Amino acid sequence: MNSTLLRTSALRSAVRATAPSAASRATIAGTTFVRGKATLPDLSYDYGALEPAISGKIMELHHSKHHQTYVNSFNTFSEQMAEAKHKEDIQAQIALQPMINFHGGGHVNHTLFWENLAPTKQGGGEPPKGQLAKAINDSYGSLDGFKEKFNTALAGIQGSGWAWLVQDTQTGSVLIKTYANQDPVVGRFRPILGIDAWEHAYYLQYENRKAEYFKAIWDVINWQAAEKRFK
Amino acid sequence: MLSAYPLKALLCFTLPFSTRIVVATQDPIIIQPIEFGAMSSPTYHLPPLPYGYNALEPHISTQIMELHHSGHHQAYVNNLNAALKNHAAAVQSNDIRTQISLQQAIKFNAGGHINHSLFWRNLAPPGSSESKSSSAPNLIKQINATWGDEEKFRDAFKTALLGIQGSGWGWLVKTGTGADKNRLSIITTKDQDPVVGKGEVPIFGVDMWEHAYYLQYKNGKAAYVENIWNVINWKVAEKRFLGSSEDDNACLKSTQGLLQV
Repeated sequence: MNSTLLRTSALRSAVRATAPSAASRATIAGTTFVRGKATLPDLSYDYGALEPAISGKIMELHHSKHHQTYVNSFNTFSEQMAEAKHKEDIQAQIALQPMINFHGGGHVNHTLFWENLAPTKQGGGEPPKGQLAKAINDSYGSLDGFKEKFNTALAGIQGSGWAWLVQDTQTGSVLIKTYANQDPVVGRFRPILGIDAWEHAYYLQYENRKAEYFKAIWDVINWQAAEKRFK
Repeated sequence: MLSAYPLKALLCFTLPFSTRIVVATQDPIIIQPIEFGAMSSPTYHLPPLPYGYNALEPHISTQIMELHHSGHHQAYVNNLNAALKNHAAAVQSNDIRTQISLQQAIKFNAGGHINHSLFWRNLAPPGSSESKSSSAPNLIKQINATWGDEEKFRDAFKTALLGIQGSGWGWLVKTGTGADKNRLSIITTKDQDPVVGKGEVPIFGVDMWEHAYYLQYKNGKAAYVENIWNVINWKVAEKRFLGSSEDDNACLKSTQGLLQV
């Protein structure tokens, strides 16, 4: 995922086959802080491909507007952070931390989310296999038992946030955790599968009937992506 | 049934504009229980809007208002009643662990009920005399003294609203203590946290949950924040500003009185 989240401008440019000359990059390096810029990842499916579970309109706004805004804001605040570090301004660095957490978290969360969704034609909704399936059965009895617990966690979020199936890096076991706003899954826990419970993720289609969204989204969960994250 | 309750409780009932009994300068918060459920827990009710669902068009769409009031606000009321009923049962059975585990559900859903009740009343149809800031001469004077002028205040309020990370509310609050009792401040609260700090009087609030604007404004929340000024009820804001925190809490106290009946 890291390669998706943070491409260096050189790599990004190379992908577009318009790499700047070494000379122009050197000039930039001499005057500003050259760093990898976050970019909006492409979806591996069309906006309409998750219908009827998630409407094309929601997917378009969610990806091209909401996620893009997190990317832009993360880059802006990262630049300010680099400048604050350069000036050794500790207060400014601390003041910027919530902005990095929120916008960086928004970028990380959505990138993981798009990857752990798939159209039914591309395997969306196919149950997990192998070690992950075993870990879920060990903890929750069955996949249905797990989904029920996960949906209860989603419904219990007070405000904006996410629910995640995470792996405890200390014990290797899986558990369900909810995170407020755009707090990302970092530190002790490894993100395996995330579902966005912000209202913008479902409101245009489901309005205040969020339980219907939580029920429908399992039809487009990409368990193969989740299996790859599980260690 | 209403006559069975003390007069003070009656002041807190919300009625449509045409029939509202105006007996005090403060804007009453509509949080009184009307009936008692099982285990002596009060039952709260959805207050009717003081205007039609379409009255705030074109700034807030009819569809948003209807879902927001009859769907979202009703859910907070229902969930509050359920949590209080469970809490009362836990008190009855001396189950302190359950009582504590219910605190967050009570805070969230009671906050949702209080916040929305305040919000509906601090909105008014565009073009109405209530929607003009000239309806709030004392408040505007204090706003100008605090922020310089109305526009600077609106800019500061807008910045606060757009800075909320996640769901929450922006409030103009009178912090009211001692000689400085008319002091104003803009605060934001997360999720459904209500403004209940000591001496704090909420003057008006703006709901920044996505459900408050998304169907109409989608990701363009700055436009919602811009347009909300057309439907702020300055008359209600002035009343709240002139009231004290004691006035503001009057209905809470009458709730306690009712519980002892």
